[in-house]
Amino acid sequence: MSKKITVSKAIREGLLEEMRRDDKMFIMGEDMAVMGNVFAITTGFLDEFGPNRVIDTPISEEGFLGMAVGAAMRGMHPCVELMYDDFVTVCADPLFNQAAKLKYMSGGQCSIPLVLRMPMGSGRRNAGQHSQSLEGMVCHFPGLKVVAPCSAADAKGLIKSALRDPDPVVVFEHKLLYAKKEEIPEDEDYLVPIGKANVKREGKDLTIITWSREVNFSMEAAEKLAAEGIDVEVLDLRTLVPIDWEAIKASIAKTHNAIIVSEEVKRGSYAGEISAQIAEELFDELDAPVERVCGLNIVSPFSPVLEDQNFPHPDDIVKAVKRVLNK
Amino acid sequence: MATKKKNEKYSKEMLLDFYRTMVRIRTFEEHAAECFTKGMLAGNIHLSIGQEAAEAGAFAAIQPQDYFTSTHRGHGHVIARGGDPKRAMAELFGKKTGYCKGKGGSMHIADMGKMNHLGANGIVGAGQGISAGSALASKIMGDNSVTVGCFGDSSTNEGTFHENLNMAATWKLPLVWFIENNCYGVSTEIHRVTNTPDLASRAAAYDVPFAVVDGTDPVAVYEAMTTAMDHARSGKGPYVVEAKVYRYQGHYCGDPAVYRPAEYMENALANDAIEKLGKKLMDMGIKEAELEEIKSAAQAEMDEAVKFADESPYPDPSEVTDDMYTADNERCVAR
Repeated sequence: MSKKITVSKAIREGLLEEMRRDDKMFIMGEDMAVMGNVFAITTGFLDEFGPNRVIDTPISEEGFLGMAVGAAMRGMHPCVELMYDDFVTVCADPLFNQAAKLKYMSGGQCSIPLVLRMPMGSGRRNAGQHSQSLEGMVCHFPGLKVVAPCSAADAKGLIKSALRDPDPVVVFEHKLLYAKKEEIPEDEDYLVPIGKANVKREGKDLTIITWSREVNFSMEAAEKLAAEGIDVEVLDLRTLVPIDWEAIKASIAKTHNAIIVSEEVKRGSYAGEISAQIAEELFDELDAPVERVCGLNIVSPFSPVLEDQNFPHPDDIVKAVKRVLNK
Repeated sequence: MATKKKNEKYSKEMLLDFYRTMVRIRTFEEHAAECFTKGMLAGNIHLSIGQEAAEAGAFAAIQPQDYFTSTHRGHGHVIARGGDPKRAMAELFGKKTGYCKGKGGSMHIADMGKMNHLGANGIVGAGQGISAGSALASKIMGDNSVTVGCFGDSSTNEGTFHENLNMAATWKLPLVWFIENNCYGVSTEIHRVTNTPDLASRAAAYDVPFAVVDGTDPVAVYEAMTTAMDHARSGKGPYVVEAKVYRYQGHYCGDPAVYRPAEYMENALANDAIEKLGKKLMDMGIKEAELEEIKSAAQAEMDEAVKFADESPYPDPSEVTDDMYTADNERCVAR
């Protein structure tokens, strides 16, 4: 059985089911309780779970994320939302120096079962401080797990897995996916395992490795390419850390070509990291150099005309595939 | 004198306990310093010498079910909380038998199991958020524990001091913050960069009660902390206690502290807490020999701790990637 709901509803369902299942879980962040979140993810939660478990915070990101870390050390399961991933810079310490490190530095004495949800991505005309894709920066820090779902089903299944995971998990949610309606299974216990990629489309000529909203653009590109007789495989990573290397390896062993598509600033991107790993370990499988298809090395611009230059569109992906295949 | 009158409320045994804890802290630190100077320890250590009375007094007011966070200058807290000097010293040595299996070192001793020690922290002010979060957990779970965030003067200038105190006050969290004000952040004298004579007084901005006490008097600290703990435990919200202490050494062991005027150490030595309490105890009829016995017992205990640490094995190099993640560790660290 399945039903058709939006990605934001799917996330909401995941949170709601886990709140009902796990009384150690609580939600905190800006505008999460009375308003029920700017994207309506938690409307009604305050009435059902009360103010101890659905907490409106002041605009004190470093403060409340630090508190979530402390609560997690005590065995609670905090689910924190940053209104935009851009704000991770003002709470970098509790995420990167505390949540990510305290297990290791204490010799494994504690787990930090913290989930940090971060709406991200370009295309909403929100300019340079509300549009970034900071996967590369977050994935840099050992100690964190990182997921970036695209579909409604994956968003729900991964958020539920994240909430049940004993380690800190950062969830990148693309804001422009929230309103997209998709089929999801009815099953209340629908989980998508962390660390498992999904072959979204099978193909034999080239592997597009991607995640989040660029999965949809890659699928569009794949259709256009198919019309020209080019058969690409689209691999939706879904999880960035731990990365599903076996899936990447298997796909490249079949196609012998790869591009990596993300919305990130190209320089220092996670796309670059994946490209490097492929070059190091799968060089003999490759027929051509791996290409990164990313944003530019610029600040995300406001003007729609300019912003549209700053993340890969289906046509950019088509062009990149043809370049790599020399067609 | 007011302090003398106050002290009459307390038994000789209790004052002797303070004395013993203070001597043990100082002796632990002197041993650590000696090991560091001899090159037996790698890295850096930050010593609590001059802060012993504050730590002994504060921790006497903390119950077994309570939690605490600590700082880079945190060895004294471990001793005052009743931690094992052997495991603490072994952690300083980077040995497998240390509290954190050698993965944390001097700045990161933690003991979630016995001490409810949520960790010393190398980031100034980080314990403010963690302690407030632990207090939030206590509130949500409805247990009876109070969390004590221990930190130094300079971290009151971090944003987290203000962010977390504001939230803890608004939500009436069972939180006590214990500031050991030794007047120096590395080389910078606190009043050169801070506009209030006291630091705890900033709590007033958030309608949080506070006390400022002489940190060379363990009884004064104990009393202030008892009031603070009772306040927090009864559901009235956080409380801030500031103890004025001295930092005998530089910022780290080996720092000559040339930036400090000579009067600082003159005052410190004239107010030496161990000497003052020793005199008081002798006034109360304790024999000098008994105090000497406490000192030699501490020497023997810390000699033993050094021996244990020195003879303990280092972690096996193969353990380097262990403990990063609770689930799926191998795959998460592989690439």
